[in-house]
Amino acid sequence: MAKITASVYTSHVPAIGAALDLGKSNEPYWQPVFKGYEFGKQWIKENPPDVIFLVYNDHATAFSLDMIPTFAIGTAAEFQPADEGWGPRPVPTVIGHPELAAHIAQSVIQDDFDLTIVNKMDVDHGLTVPLSLMFGQPPADDFRWPCPVIPFAVNVVQYPVPSGKRCFNLGKAIRKAVESFDQPLNVQIWGTGGMSHQLQGPRAGLINKEFDNAFLDRLIADPEGQASVPHIDYVREAGSEGIELVMWLIARGAMDDIDPAPLVAVAPDATKSVPANAHPVSVKHRFYHVPASNTAVGHLILENT
Amino acid sequence: MSLQKNYLDVPGTTIFDAEQSRKGYHLNQFCMSLMKAENRERFKADERAYLDEWAMTEEQKQAVLARDLNRCIALGGNIYFLAKIGATDGKSFQQMAGSMTGMTEEEYRDMMIHGGRSVEGNRVVGEDGDAQAQHQPQGKAGHSAQKASA
Repeated sequence: MAKITASVYTSHVPAIGAALDLGKSNEPYWQPVFKGYEFGKQWIKENPPDVIFLVYNDHATAFSLDMIPTFAIGTAAEFQPADEGWGPRPVPTVIGHPELAAHIAQSVIQDDFDLTIVNKMDVDHGLTVPLSLMFGQPPADDFRWPCPVIPFAVNVVQYPVPSGKRCFNLGKAIRKAVESFDQPLNVQIWGTGGMSHQLQGPRAGLINKEFDNAFLDRLIADPEGQASVPHIDYVREAGSEGIELVMWLIARGAMDDIDPAPLVAVAPDATKSVPANAHPVSVKHRFYHVPASNTAVGHLILENT
Repeated sequence: MSLQKNYLDVPGTTIFDAEQSRKGYHLNQFCMSLMKAENRERFKADERAYLDEWAMTEEQKQAVLARDLNRCIALGGNIYFLAKIGATDGKSFQQMAGSMTGMTEEEYRDMMIHGGRSVEGNRVVGEDGDAQAQHQPQGKAGHSAQKASA
């Protein structure tokens, strides 16, 4: 039986990818960012996953305005790094896990989440920057990512985007799907995007450290409550692109300490915490830094115990 | 008709919803075309001719030619699509985002290094934060009174 062992959360700022690709990671501006990922790079060497289920958003790359699926699961054998306009990032092709992806699609769709099954798509910085942050740059003589990755794209570009509650419940359905897969795979689920940032208009450059740190606190200790926070709170407090944080709730919902029953409604200000007798999650690492380009960088590693 | 859009009162912010998407379809699809190197070359060689291949409004074409990203967004553009224009011009996301504030590149970069823009006064239209309409443009480009209150 496959099992989700840990969840990893990280921002996926494109400038981080550019800094790595252009060899700028030792510059004073970038040093504090990459220092925050040293723990994670070591941790993942010691805890190598067989497969990563990587939740991210497409940034007008694979999906044009011709159509944008709300939830899309990549079932292909491989995915090419996209040319987002600057040329493709010099990173390896992403190898998928078609059997597990198809299994998850089968299970999750029957649990009422309408996934779009995607057999061909390029992946952008939303997916490749987290891989670079956790694995570093693969050596030229062994140019590949260490494990297969199932890309899971969430629409957070064109409103309305899925609610926090829906994302959280989807995480529960993904966990159930993974646990019914008949192969002994160690699966990690990653939630990416955020933290506070706004890339448009006169309010561009908005950063809200208080909001971000409260989000991290609550994602750990009261994820159900955080899942009930409405979009407008993210937009107002964390910037128009801060809404990407709802994707972290998918990964959080897939952890063992979460009641598998669907979350119906929790008042946004409720302080319902995780029951003490549930399987607690272990906080392995927590990091926060401002800025990377226009964005606050957040990173968290949670392990099932 | 009575759908609630509770995000319309966030200052300096345009939420890219289904209505904006409908308005900006051709503009954004033009941007997508710049993901191909050959199209970037063709656009750079003759911007006007390239734009005329798209069913965009004249206003949208003018906004692109002027690289007025705020105007592009008002006309239905979305920043992730518009970023392809910036990429074609060799600009970073930070340069593009900063261009919408009126600040110089240096002023904007400096603001980010010092912790970014504060949310105080910038949550709701009508407050007095630096993203509010009465304080545009920002930075040196703004009036001295605006600088005093920044």
